[in-house]
Amino acid sequence: MTVLCLLETDAGGGISDASVRTLVVARELAASAGADLAAAWFGPTEAADAGVLAGAGVTSAWAVGPDARYAPLAWARALSGLANGPAAPVSAVLAAATDHGNEVLAHLAAISDLPMAANCVSAAATAPGEFRLVRQRWAGSLLEDAVLEAPLAVLTVAADAVPAEMAGMTAQPDAVRVEAYTPELADGDQLVMAAESAERRSGVSLASARVVVGGGRGVGGAEGFAVLEELAGLLGGVVGVSRVVTSEGWRPHRQQVGQTGTKITPDLYLACGISGAIQHMAGCQGAKTIVAINTDAGAPIVSKADYAVIGDLHTVLPALIEAIKARSER
Amino acid sequence: MEICVCVKRVPMVGGAIVVTADGMDVDVTMSGFTVSPHEECAVEEAVQITERLGGTVSVLTLGPPDAAGQLRDMLALGAGRGVLLETDGAEWGPVATAGAIADAVRDGGYDLLLFGNEAADTGGYQVPVRVAHALGLPCVTGIKRLQVTGDGDPSGIVASREYRGAEEVFELPLPAVVSVKEGINLPRYPSLPGRLRAKRATIETVVPQPGAEGLRKAGLRMPEAPGKGAQLLGSGTEAVPALVGVLDDLGILP
Ligand SMILES: Cc1cc2nc3c(=O)[nH]c(=O)nc-3n(C[C@H](O)[C@H](O)[C@H](O)COP(=O)(O)OP(=O)(O)OC[C@H]3O[C@@H](n4cnc5c(N)ncnc54)[C@H](O)[C@@H]3O)c2cc1C
Ligand SMILES: Nc1ncnc2c1ncn2[C@@H]1O[C@H](COP(=O)(O)O)[C@@H](O)[C@H]1O
Repeated sequence: MTVLCLLETDAGGGISDASVRTLVVARELAASAGADLAAAWFGPTEAADAGVLAGAGVTSAWAVGPDARYAPLAWARALSGLANGPAAPVSAVLAAATDHGNEVLAHLAAISDLPMAANCVSAAATAPGEFRLVRQRWAGSLLEDAVLEAPLAVLTVAADAVPAEMAGMTAQPDAVRVEAYTPELADGDQLVMAAESAERRSGVSLASARVVVGGGRGVGGAEGFAVLEELAGLLGGVVGVSRVVTSEGWRPHRQQVGQTGTKITPDLYLACGISGAIQHMAGCQGAKTIVAINTDAGAPIVSKADYAVIGDLHTVLPALIEAIKARSER
Repeated sequence: MEICVCVKRVPMVGGAIVVTADGMDVDVTMSGFTVSPHEECAVEEAVQITERLGGTVSVLTLGPPDAAGQLRDMLALGAGRGVLLETDGAEWGPVATAGAIADAVRDGGYDLLLFGNEAADTGGYQVPVRVAHALGLPCVTGIKRLQVTGDGDPSGIVASREYRGAEEVFELPLPAVVSVKEGINLPRYPSLPGRLRAKRATIETVVPQPGAEGLRKAGLRMPEAPGKGAQLLGSGTEAVPALVGVLDDLGILP
């Protein structure tokens, strides 16, 4: 048996953090089932470093092509073809719970007449065709223990399920062999296909940023964000915001952190003027360290953070920026 | 344009989620009910489209009799017609839900079926895709910008979203299935006349048959919240040296 992971690659042979998390959960599942770990991605064979894959425990891999443009149904068809063809017998297909992963696996489940479980944090095989899962509800504010009965488990892995690090994941010299795979598509599978618009937003994305400087109602208005931008720039990070900030129109919605925004997994989340509502925390519970700056020592964020500064963000942040600048000039 | 928007009744969560004593449900004895912000945006988008191009917005929900309340909330925002697929209140899974929705809309003559990207409570991320396959329609999910194309006679849509820092654009012919995310628009507040009309509106009711589900809930629990209780670094600017120390330890200072 094989557990097959759909991977997203980064330019330069890397695997996205979300896909590393998928491999971590898939490796546990494979171990529980006595199955092998396999990987597939869309793009050239060299798009993922074969040594890194081997280090992650992957024993076979397929690069799907030659047409690797994103078309959700075509991608699902390709995974189905792999699972029933060169990768067979497959007991589970996993992908990261991203826009692509959730969409492709929903298509896979629909065309294969299978159930699907989104946002899993762990999975184990308990019997042939039976799995025990833990998955997120309410964007991770609540966990569900679930039983999945299916000949093939279709699972997506939550963005904050596990740290994006794998014990023993070091590039191996005896790399896995990567084979090219060309799927047989049905008519209309590529009817819905992404065209990438010319306006590519440059810079670090919120979902993958190592540092996020968060601003909430306490920032007080659109102008107030200049100081957060300056600090984020200084630390090589980005600005994230609460829902109040986007519904007030102070900042665009794509910067929203939380249940109906983006899930972030930075090393540092510096939450300024944010109260720490449950829907906001659902988006930042994957942060390694949370530091809150808030005028109210009784705000919920203060009990949920690792560190807190009680004070006005508009005096604390400028002083912090000065201190950091002074330090790096030393 | 004939548009149908699917919304789901979910508990309104305030400070914390409470699980019932048997560990199987969310305790709703003290809570109100609402729909996901994604779905509210789907209704707003549909209303805006019909304001421009004419047509009707229908709203549909599968849920207990009280879910008629959420349909009325959506009627107050400008939807014209409400359909309730009435259940006994037990939780339906995504496979059965999609089957019942597909049956209900199959002969409705809709140009566009709009959904939220995911239900706020169960977060299944699949009902719209399953409905699309059941009806043989093209589908795209997680959309944050939507435009109807075709002069006078709507024939397609251009839908886009941001993915890993780039804008992805999809073109679909109508009829089509689209799920949207909060941020696609800012939903309006219900008007007083809207509220009155919604109160008087009749809700059409259909009773669907439940179906089998391969994914079974065994129990619900709270994640182990570190509940750390932050270490206080101090007040105001006097906390800055300690704060710099924390950032230094994290290795993120330039
Ligand atoms: C279904 C649903 C989904 C939701 N999804 C999201 C989501 O994705 N993301 C999200 O963020 N919210 C979401 N919310 C909203 C959420 O419940 C809160 O309303 C929101 O997060 C509050 O934003 P806030 O912390 O900025 O504002 P507030 O709760 O008003 O908090 C402002 C904080 O700033 C502090 N403050 C004020 N002035 C200063 C100052 N000068 N210096 C320092 N501190 C100061 C105050 O003490 C307070 O703690 C959702 C709600 C629902 C119902
Ligand atoms: N019970 C329901 N009634 C109506 N629409 C629903 C229901 N459940 C899910 N949906 C729709 O399908 C979307 C995705 O749901 P899900 O796949 O369950 O996460 C939701 O945002 C709704 O638009």
